[in-house]
Amino acid sequence: MIALEARALSKSFGGLRVSTDVSFAVEAGERRLIIGPNGAGKTTLFNLITGELRPDSGSVHLLGRDITSVPSRRRAHLGLARTYQIITLFPQDTLLGNVMLALLGLSPLRWNPIVRLTSQSALLEEPREALARVGLDGIADRPLAETSYGERRRVEIAMALAQRPKVLLLDEPFAGLSIPERRQVLELLLAIPRDTTIVMIEHDMDVALEFAERITLLHFGAVIVEGTRGEVVADPRTREVYLGA
Amino acid sequence: MRRAALALAIIALVTLPYWIGGSYYINIASQILIWAVFALGLNVLVGYGGLVSLGHAGLFGTAGYAAAWLVAAGVGQLASGVGAIGLTVLMSALFAVLALRATGIGFLMITLALGQILWGIAYRWISLTNGDNGINVSARPMPLGLSLATPSAFYIATLMVFGLAVAAMASFVASPFGACLRGTRDQARRMTALGYDVWLIRFLAFLFSGFWTGIAGLLFCYYDQFVSPHLLTLSSSAEVLLMVISGGSGTLLGPIAGATLVVAMKTVASAYIERWNLVLGAIFVAIIMLMPEGLVPGSQRLWRWARRGRDLAAAATSR
Repeated sequence: MIALEARALSKSFGGLRVSTDVSFAVEAGERRLIIGPNGAGKTTLFNLITGELRPDSGSVHLLGRDITSVPSRRRAHLGLARTYQIITLFPQDTLLGNVMLALLGLSPLRWNPIVRLTSQSALLEEPREALARVGLDGIADRPLAETSYGERRRVEIAMALAQRPKVLLLDEPFAGLSIPERRQVLELLLAIPRDTTIVMIEHDMDVALEFAERITLLHFGAVIVEGTRGEVVADPRTREVYLGA
Repeated sequence: MRRAALALAIIALVTLPYWIGGSYYINIASQILIWAVFALGLNVLVGYGGLVSLGHAGLFGTAGYAAAWLVAAGVGQLASGVGAIGLTVLMSALFAVLALRATGIGFLMITLALGQILWGIAYRWISLTNGDNGINVSARPMPLGLSLATPSAFYIATLMVFGLAVAAMASFVASPFGACLRGTRDQARRMTALGYDVWLIRFLAFLFSGFWTGIAGLLFCYYDQFVSPHLLTLSSSAEVLLMVISGGSGTLLGPIAGATLVVAMKTVASAYIERWNLVLGAIFVAIIMLMPEGLVPGSQRLWRWARRGRDLAAAATSR
């Protein structure tokens, strides 16, 4: 079964074509890596998939359903979650508060203006579990402002995991991390069960290649090469476009 | 400690007519409470929603005029009050639909324009509003047959409404919906990706804000027994915004402290200093320079700092 599919997605900002006829399909449970030089249109592709940008033409399909005209917020309810390349968290809240907000987004309780948020035990347990999965349960009650960059990256992932997505989009989850931290995040990503399909954008080849099963190479907004890890790495066009050799 | 302080504050507020010395001061206390309710209402948008409105005096005035019309038309007091609040919430919905097309400066300018339109109607549509002469409200309502004619009776009634407003705000802030609203203030884009309807959250918050603004407008109409275009001026909108910001936006006590400061300066200090506006301005400048986050959070910060200093000094001398 195909979990996520893009069909002939195109997008222009004025005269600049940022996505040209991008098509790809990700099988359920697959680990897909999207690579490409800066400005290749990788994050734009994510924004088209999540609905933050509307494509000029083409369509997006989630679990067999055409979601091209589904608003961004509804896509989260259909099982699509993402993390951001530039960390976008809630700085005035605790780590637990951040993850709770992720969980609350899918709960009807979010409209309740009367009950106390902190007395909703169902909303407390799952975020603690999600924080435990990324190894941050020890500092769950610490304000986000007092955490390190590497910890925030992991909070980003915990927020996405708390929503139990069917398809998870990771936008450069290793960006700005030290080498030991990269290993840590990689271990954590490898531990995500196969009922979650993962598409990852990443520059760091060492860790990303270990993670990916199939790779899609973008260049100037178009798919240049796609195949298994071995095929794409061996392909001369990859060397030409990306590795610059 | 917190409970003791809260109990003490409640006792002080309830017994205020007995110790403050004279109906003049009781009336000032009522005014402070009314403006505090207004500021609490605006704080929902400014402090928790990150949406700065400069048109809330229009909503405040809508409630006052609506009540005055309904009472003048011979509608019962209770029905007039409910009708006035209903109309204010409807007006808030209209404001919200128009203003929530934008955030930031755009939102501020649209609310300012809408507030000015309402002020213009109050001022110039004389057949409807009696223009600059305003409308008299013949009598205060008598809830459960109790007369609110005396300053202390009206003060106690206002205090009860104020208490309800504070309780409603406290519960709102701690609720899941309150957390959602703060989320839309900090990371609107992220909230959408997490599955939230950011527009609807802001719209509902606007209605909640408008509801309490209407309650404050209604109280003011009963307090003064008179409504005039002065209620809806831009300077009223700016004044209540200054209360929120100077006291500390996004806090529960901040708008109350701000309302106390501004009303006290306007009424008490103006009796002694002719240029009281200058003094108020100087106080605002001082607040912005020394406590940019507002009086309440700023004092908390100073208090923590002083305590830490004392602890450090104690540790140094004991060594």
